[in-house]
Amino acid sequence: MDLSTTYLGMKLKNPIVPAASSLSRDLSKLKAMEDAGASAVVLESLFEEQLEGEAASIDHYLTYGAESYAEATSYFPVLGDFDKGPEEYLEHIRKAKQALSIPVIASLNGVSRGGWMRYARKMEEAGADAIELNVYFIPTDPNMPGGEVEAMYVEALRAVKEAVKIPVAIKVGPYFSNMANMARRLDQSGANGLVLFNRFYQPDIDLEEIEVVPHLQFSSSVAMLLGLRWVAILHGKINADLAATNGIHTHEDVLKMLMAGAAVTQMAAALYKKGIGHISAVLADMQAWMEQHEYESVAQMRGSLSQKNCPSPSAFERANYMKAIVGYKP
Amino acid sequence: MTQRKSVTIDGNEAAAFVAHQVNEVCAIYPITPSSNMGEWADQWSAEGKTNIWGTVPSVVELQSEGGASGAVHGSLQTGALTTTFTASQGLLLMIPNMYKIAGELTSTVFHVSARTLATHALSIFGDHSDVMAVRQTGWGLLASASVQEVMDMALIAQAATLKGRVPIVHFFDGFRTSHEVQKIEQLTREDMAAMIDDNLVRAHRSRGLSPDRPVLRGSAQNPDVFFQARERSQPYYVAFPGIVQEAMDKFAKIVGRQYHLFDYEGAKDADRVVILMGSGAETALETAEYLNAHGEKVGVLRVHLFRPFSAKHLLAAIPKTVKGIVVLDRCKEPGGTGEPLYQDVVTALSEAMAENSLPFAMPKVIGGRYGLSSKEFTPAMVKAGLDELKKASPKNHFAVGINDDVSGNSLPLDADFSVEGNDVVRCLFFGLGADGTVGANKNSIKIIGEGTPNYAQGYFVYDSKKSGSLTVSHLRFGPRPIRSIYLVDRANFVACHQFVFLEKYDVLKAAVPGAVFLLNSPYGPDEVWDKIPRPVQEQIIAKKLKFYVIDGYKVAKDTGMGSRVNTIMQTCFFAISGVLPKNEAIEAIKKSIKKTYGAKGDDVVQKNFAAVDQTLANLFEVKVPAKATGSIALTPAVTDNAPAYVKEVLGKIIIGEGDSLPVSAMPEDGTFPTATAQYEKRNIALEIPVWDEKLCIQCNKCALVCPHAAIRAKVYDGALLGKAPSAFKSADFKGAEFKGMKYTIQVAPEDCTGCGLCVQVCPAKDKSNASHKAIDMADQIPLRLPERENFAFFLSLPDVDRAKVNPGTVKGSQFFRPLFEFSGACSGCGETPYVKLLSQLFGDRAIVANATGCSSIYGGNLPTTPWAVNADGRGPAWSNSLFEDNAEFGYGFRLSLDAQKEFAGFLLKKLSSELGDALVESILTADQKDEAGIAAQRERVAELKRKLSGLNTPEARNLAGVAESLVKKSVWIVGGDGWAYDIGYGGLDHVLASGRNVNVLVLDTQVYSNTGGQCSKATPIGSVAKFAASGKPSPRKDLGLMAMAYGTVYVAQVAMGANDNQTVKAFLEAESYDGPSLIIAYSHCIAHGYDLRFGMEHQKALVESGAFPLYRYNPELAAKGENPLKLDSKAPKISYGDWAMTETRFRMLTKSKPELAKKFMEMGQQSSQRLYHFYEQLAAMSFGEPKKGE
Repeated sequence: MDLSTTYLGMKLKNPIVPAASSLSRDLSKLKAMEDAGASAVVLESLFEEQLEGEAASIDHYLTYGAESYAEATSYFPVLGDFDKGPEEYLEHIRKAKQALSIPVIASLNGVSRGGWMRYARKMEEAGADAIELNVYFIPTDPNMPGGEVEAMYVEALRAVKEAVKIPVAIKVGPYFSNMANMARRLDQSGANGLVLFNRFYQPDIDLEEIEVVPHLQFSSSVAMLLGLRWVAILHGKINADLAATNGIHTHEDVLKMLMAGAAVTQMAAALYKKGIGHISAVLADMQAWMEQHEYESVAQMRGSLSQKNCPSPSAFERANYMKAIVGYKP
Repeated sequence: MTQRKSVTIDGNEAAAFVAHQVNEVCAIYPITPSSNMGEWADQWSAEGKTNIWGTVPSVVELQSEGGASGAVHGSLQTGALTTTFTASQGLLLMIPNMYKIAGELTSTVFHVSARTLATHALSIFGDHSDVMAVRQTGWGLLASASVQEVMDMALIAQAATLKGRVPIVHFFDGFRTSHEVQKIEQLTREDMAAMIDDNLVRAHRSRGLSPDRPVLRGSAQNPDVFFQARERSQPYYVAFPGIVQEAMDKFAKIVGRQYHLFDYEGAKDADRVVILMGSGAETALETAEYLNAHGEKVGVLRVHLFRPFSAKHLLAAIPKTVKGIVVLDRCKEPGGTGEPLYQDVVTALSEAMAENSLPFAMPKVIGGRYGLSSKEFTPAMVKAGLDELKKASPKNHFAVGINDDVSGNSLPLDADFSVEGNDVVRCLFFGLGADGTVGANKNSIKIIGEGTPNYAQGYFVYDSKKSGSLTVSHLRFGPRPIRSIYLVDRANFVACHQFVFLEKYDVLKAAVPGAVFLLNSPYGPDEVWDKIPRPVQEQIIAKKLKFYVIDGYKVAKDTGMGSRVNTIMQTCFFAISGVLPKNEAIEAIKKSIKKTYGAKGDDVVQKNFAAVDQTLANLFEVKVPAKATGSIALTPAVTDNAPAYVKEVLGKIIIGEGDSLPVSAMPEDGTFPTATAQYEKRNIALEIPVWDEKLCIQCNKCALVCPHAAIRAKVYDGALLGKAPSAFKSADFKGAEFKGMKYTIQVAPEDCTGCGLCVQVCPAKDKSNASHKAIDMADQIPLRLPERENFAFFLSLPDVDRAKVNPGTVKGSQFFRPLFEFSGACSGCGETPYVKLLSQLFGDRAIVANATGCSSIYGGNLPTTPWAVNADGRGPAWSNSLFEDNAEFGYGFRLSLDAQKEFAGFLLKKLSSELGDALVESILTADQKDEAGIAAQRERVAELKRKLSGLNTPEARNLAGVAESLVKKSVWIVGGDGWAYDIGYGGLDHVLASGRNVNVLVLDTQVYSNTGGQCSKATPIGSVAKFAASGKPSPRKDLGLMAMAYGTVYVAQVAMGANDNQTVKAFLEAESYDGPSLIIAYSHCIAHGYDLRFGMEHQKALVESGAFPLYRYNPELAAKGENPLKLDSKAPKISYGDWAMTETRFRMLTKSKPELAKKFMEMGQQSSQRLYHFYEQLAAMSFGEPKKGE
């Protein structure tokens, strides 16, 4: 049984890749992922804004209240030229590369063109095999036209492509007026892969405190259907590899995504819930299913039910009510 | 030989720089103004910097200076090169070990930033009273007068002590030298290695204790031999001055600067000489130079080696032409025949005269005191001393620099006398603590000092308040080394970085004619004139000042710099002060920006560059009109209703005129009236809370958490509202206890510091707009006048009858009037809400012993103080003894009160028939457990006093004198964790064990807050603090558990932000317990590194992490067979890291040592889980009678 696949120009032994998450902070967990059979790992995102905000905040509070009172001209020991940059993250890439034999994909969330380029270059230098751009942007300004939002994505991607030689994937949300067009533009701007879709924090309301609280609910398999549609639609229409993420929990989810056209599937919530060992269970189940259904390889399956190959291409286009009407038999 | 480089550093850094490189062990304890020396040493060791032998010195913090000196003694006794850094009371605590170290002829140098000893008051500032208190210990005393000398003498001292075996106190003036930034030449490692003879180091080691060559040292001796043994070391003292001079000569050969034990400078044929030591000598030299250039013949003899005092060297240094000598001492020895240096000089001269060896005719010698507690010492004062010698009968034992109108000891001063050259640029900057002015000025000094051939000096004067404090930076730049060691009183450049200061302070007083005046102003060049006070206008015109304005806050906002105006104001300074050519200066600033922010990326650098460029585009010269036309006057220092003493004395201190107060204005014994902070309206809040009476649920939480008692609750009769100002708000009281009455939450608009804690805790949200609460912040200025009126009316409403209030709830407690108000604590302080609660619940009968620290400073630092009185004139009586003895001090209160009460009881019984048996019986058996009981006893005692006034017998008069003691008094022992966990722990433990009725309140910030964030044993695991730069590796000491072990101590651990009702309950239970009580009150603090507005949320998170369980341990319950421990917080629901990582003190370690930070978070998690579990088990234990067989 050949489970191998290619993603971002890299030959991977199977299509299961742990998605960017805090699990990847710990080197021992990365090793466990590899041991469980993961074919590559995506590290937790480095957030330029957070990194710089953190540095600014530490700078600020280290001098907060200083030079105001004779007995306490400062309140903290001098930190010297502390690591204001991404050194900790880069060191993590280096250590991950040393510890693992599977490819290590760094993930980056930038805010400025300079930041995107600077950090991407450093990630490449630290040994990352590829970079996944995590564009996490919720446009809330009613004066910002959609075109501008799209241009921002393209610009970030171009900047990083300009800065590095390693493959670059871009992880996006589904909220574009024309996702297909957006995918093509990203593809044409040099994306080696598209990761569909990003999962945003969903603020919730605490009824006791009457306040808005940040919230991230783990995905369930239901969430994968959105990605499934778009993977199927885009497969074969763009050159970039497609990675499916968000809602991949079981071997069935993986198989469906592969059939829709994904090169790899990325998992996070399932690993939080069931542990890293879940990867091997999914792989085993997947293999069993393929054997049972007489599939020889992942390559054979990949895109077999994409819009292009699907016997009923419109299935991916219909709105729910259409399906309901079509399904109606008087 | 490495090139010596020029550095701009302060005296503390200079001393530490050498000490760290020529020692192996530093055992220290923080004390102002020496703390920075230990901090530097600790930092350098943390960075892996080595001494000249290639090892990293071990820097350890002890629990007190006594402990530090013990550790130093031990380290020296086993052969390591060891030092410490200290001052003032710290040096006093070292005295016992100093005798031992000297008696054992041990080589070491202690570096001391000489500071005033606490007498009638504490003072953190500089004089020689501390070093003079150790002159009898057998140590050498070596004085440095300037930052350069500090570095040089630190090395000379080390070389000399190794050779001569006499230990040395190397001292320099606290603040004036320890904190003055000067450009100096830095010694190299080669210099140090050349000065230190390794043979002597080996000899030192060989004298160390070792089981391989055992000796016994520290024997006990009897009358037969002790005396002889004491005399045995005498040859070392005879030889030592010569050895120090040899070291000075060797230093001169290596480095080029020649020092002598006594350095004379001035006219070779001087007829008058001033003798002094320390930084004043620099001023004296500058003055002598000037006087000699103007036809006088004077000189200055600087004393370097004061002990052993070498009369031979002294006499040889004085010019033979001398006719008069004035000896100046920076200390006071009341009752002595003169101060120490004076006495030694007189003795040396007289002995020489008696032996016919005086090389000149006996001159006239007078002595005087100067500069106590960093009092300014100026050329005019030097001149006054020298002028006095011209008189036929000069005044001896004078005091110069003050107006002593009580004893007539002061010398007249020529206020206009100045010696400063025209080539020195002198600058004054008025800033706010928070605006970065001092930091920017330190940076400017570096730019000029290290980037140009010019010399630079910076000295910084801070306010005594910790919030909204004024800073005044005094900078000098010039082509020659700067010897003007006094504040700038003739400035060529004055910058006022805060517009509001113009109304509060006379900022232009020191401006010379033609000076440049820079104002950070929200008003542009065309409108500013009418917005500034008339006296300021008048000075600008009269002195023909060049007046510039910039809207620094606007430029900061526009260029994304937030509210920090430091870079902007610094740019203005360089652009218009003329200290450097403008382009060169701007270039230098940009270079410095690049150096500072380069690591953060180009974007940050560009943002700062933009701020510099925008500054230049927004800096305007104001066309000054010919006439002052303004109508704005300066704000009075205190309110109109202030008592005369507050107006005439404290008011002067507030506006910076304290130096002009005569001796007679001061109390004889350090006693001041309380309740004075109410008259100082500081108006420092930009925003203040506004109450929405319709939304308010009347929980009083806002009043509870307010650190400054600036938001208060009251219930009152609605009929009183008739006279209320129109804007005064009220609501019907919600609840049964005061049904039918009115309720108001009122803000003290001019006392609020704008911290926002009240808004954060307010639970009442508008149902249609959750961002609106029952309290919101709003701009202060439009609210100032109406709310001032409202607050005055609020205060005029009667306080509620204490007997009718349920004090056991947050709501009830806040109807008691705060008797601690408007302190100088930080905005958002976490300690003062507890102190205020104490004052509300027990203030009218409380006596407070306050350990030195934040609470003694915001509680007792002049000018105005926060402990207040109620409508009856009762309120807390407060005193601060020392840092280390506070528990014992408060225990003494209890002993005294009980003794007086016992005497009163004895007399009552004796006089029972005359006073009436019923009255006596009711007084002696009074139940004073609650407010009503206390009120009733007060009435009985009043009745007793009335009766006693009619009995003219000695016993009746004696009883009248102690009658007050019959009303229950509440003794409170208050201090921080540095006191309770560290320096004062031994005493605290003893007092808790005593069983006497005292209440201990530990304001636990988990760090030494007042001295700037040093690690204490309360510091939690993983927290970065000074002396724990790599994070505290061990858990916080469990003081509460230790106290519980007695079984007889009431113990509570409280955190108001986590459970405010538990806090109130604990205070009441602690006070009512008839025995020792200990409350450990978690207090958020500026030293934790976050916006204090969120302090209460952080407290909550801490408790939720399990790292600080809330509990009450009441021995009374055990007596009833119940478990005395009530655990008041729930099992941990967030992790240690979830709490810790929200605070910079923990988070910063993730930047410097991420792996360690991670490990500490895991250890913290484990230890807090275990801790909670442990308490859970304790609280679940059975305390009933053991069953049979158990």
